[in-house]
Amino acid sequence: MANILQNLVNALQWGSFYALIALGYSMVYSILMLFNFAHGDIFMVGAYIGFGVATGLVALTSMGAIVLPNWLILVLTIIISMFLTSFVGMLVERIGYRPLRDAPRASAAITGLMIGIILETGNLALLGAQRVSFPPLINSVTYELGGVYITNKKIMIVFVSIGFMIALQLFVTRSKWGMAMRAMAYDYVVVPLMGVSINNIARMTFAIGSALAAVAGILFGIAYPVLDPYMGILFGWKAFVAAILGGRGSIMGATLAGFLLGFIEIFVAMIFPSTLRDLIAYSIVLLILVFRPHGFFGEPYSAKLRL
Amino acid sequence: MMLSVENLTVSYDKIKALHGLNFQIDEGEIITIIGANGAGKSTTLKAISRLVPVGKETRMTYMGKDMLSYPPDKVVSQLGISHVPEGRRLFGNLTVMENLKLATFARKDTAGIKRDLERVFSIFTRLKERSTQKAGTLSGGEQQMLAIGRAFMSARKMMLLDEPSMGLAPLLMLDVFDALREINREGTTILLVEQNARLALQFAQRGYVLETGNLVLEGTSEELLNNPEVKKAYLGG
Repeated sequence: MANILQNLVNALQWGSFYALIALGYSMVYSILMLFNFAHGDIFMVGAYIGFGVATGLVALTSMGAIVLPNWLILVLTIIISMFLTSFVGMLVERIGYRPLRDAPRASAAITGLMIGIILETGNLALLGAQRVSFPPLINSVTYELGGVYITNKKIMIVFVSIGFMIALQLFVTRSKWGMAMRAMAYDYVVVPLMGVSINNIARMTFAIGSALAAVAGILFGIAYPVLDPYMGILFGWKAFVAAILGGRGSIMGATLAGFLLGFIEIFVAMIFPSTLRDLIAYSIVLLILVFRPHGFFGEPYSAKLRL
Repeated sequence: MMLSVENLTVSYDKIKALHGLNFQIDEGEIITIIGANGAGKSTTLKAISRLVPVGKETRMTYMGKDMLSYPPDKVVSQLGISHVPEGRRLFGNLTVMENLKLATFARKDTAGIKRDLERVFSIFTRLKERSTQKAGTLSGGEQQMLAIGRAFMSARKMMLLDEPSMGLAPLLMLDVFDALREINREGTTILLVEQNARLALQFAQRGYVLETGNLVLEGTSEELLNNPEVKKAYLGG
């Protein structure tokens, strides 16, 4: 029993990463009918930017230039990295996707793959093949509850992730920008007739998705402090699976599917050798998709793509 | 002159849909363009809204401004031209209220928005009753009301209407046109395109006849209603 609960806690943390990244895929897919395959690499870029910002702040503190407690360094790292990574996302949208908006969908999809490769190899060229270590901003404290071990890091990661997901949900359902996003997901050709610039909404969506990927990157760096330029590939693919499994444009769906993937992976690994983890886990996911091809939730949309 | 269109050409995949239209609209007028299905009526409206690219030779000026330098969202928010598209194209996943509010996205005049919203609800009382309902659940007539209400909320100087009579029962159709006349009386210039030529000419002051991408006739509604060719081709003899 304790073992199951222990894995449940681990799965929550693992699923948080998938869910945060899946939201970015899901939003872009729903408003632009576009698979942003570079998004996994945006997660990687976010983790590296977080690494850079955190390392810088730690260095400044140790030099005595500024006096900051570690928790404040973490908060600042998250905020600054979200901001910087959102610019990377907006740049990707402007250079890679906007010129191709009316191009065949396949062209836009391979654009994402190419941008991904450019981000990975660009990072390699910039920082070299050596892995980097995320500075330890949190002194790990382990609590024991009836045989289940929970670290303060895990609690923080899960709560911060869920906090951002709730914030996003509120933004999309309550704000006028969120309303424009939902309208665009339904029928984007008519949106300009409402006096709304499609380009601005697309840019904003990339910015938000990228900022959330940066949060995932930093939280990942705190839990598993070794970063490498290719860390975003497999993670990105899996988060993409979660986005589709959740249902088109559904924030709730992407979140739940992200956590579900985390649970499936962790529980498969609990029973089977870990080398079989993804083989079995993704066979299960495939089976789910066969029975629910539209995913769990999903917004309706108008099939008309021309006015 | 409010809107002046010169030599309007539009091509889809190198096939010309409009072959150089010339027309003008004065402030406060109700103008109609009638024509058969496929004549290019919707394309004409889309060209004014800047939703389709126009040919190099085209000139469009609106209140003395070169329209071609405005992207589609600015045509609405800065020039004040709204567009009720063919088939209504409501956001079915948003509520009635959200559809109306989204149309005010670029507006900053909170008091004006509130006043206009009340005006829409007083013209189309049914919409008020259904304001929290998803637009996708409305009946055809209610959807048309919402489409017009949404355009009214977005911009008021000029309204482009694409087949507002389509799919409406005759009585509802009259209601909708009464509402449009009221909107016009309050100062909105209207450009209407319709397949239902009789209805359109009874409603408008002037009209143009569009045939396969060319304007072939123009005149006051009365002239067109009495024109033998128009009678034969569009008014059922």
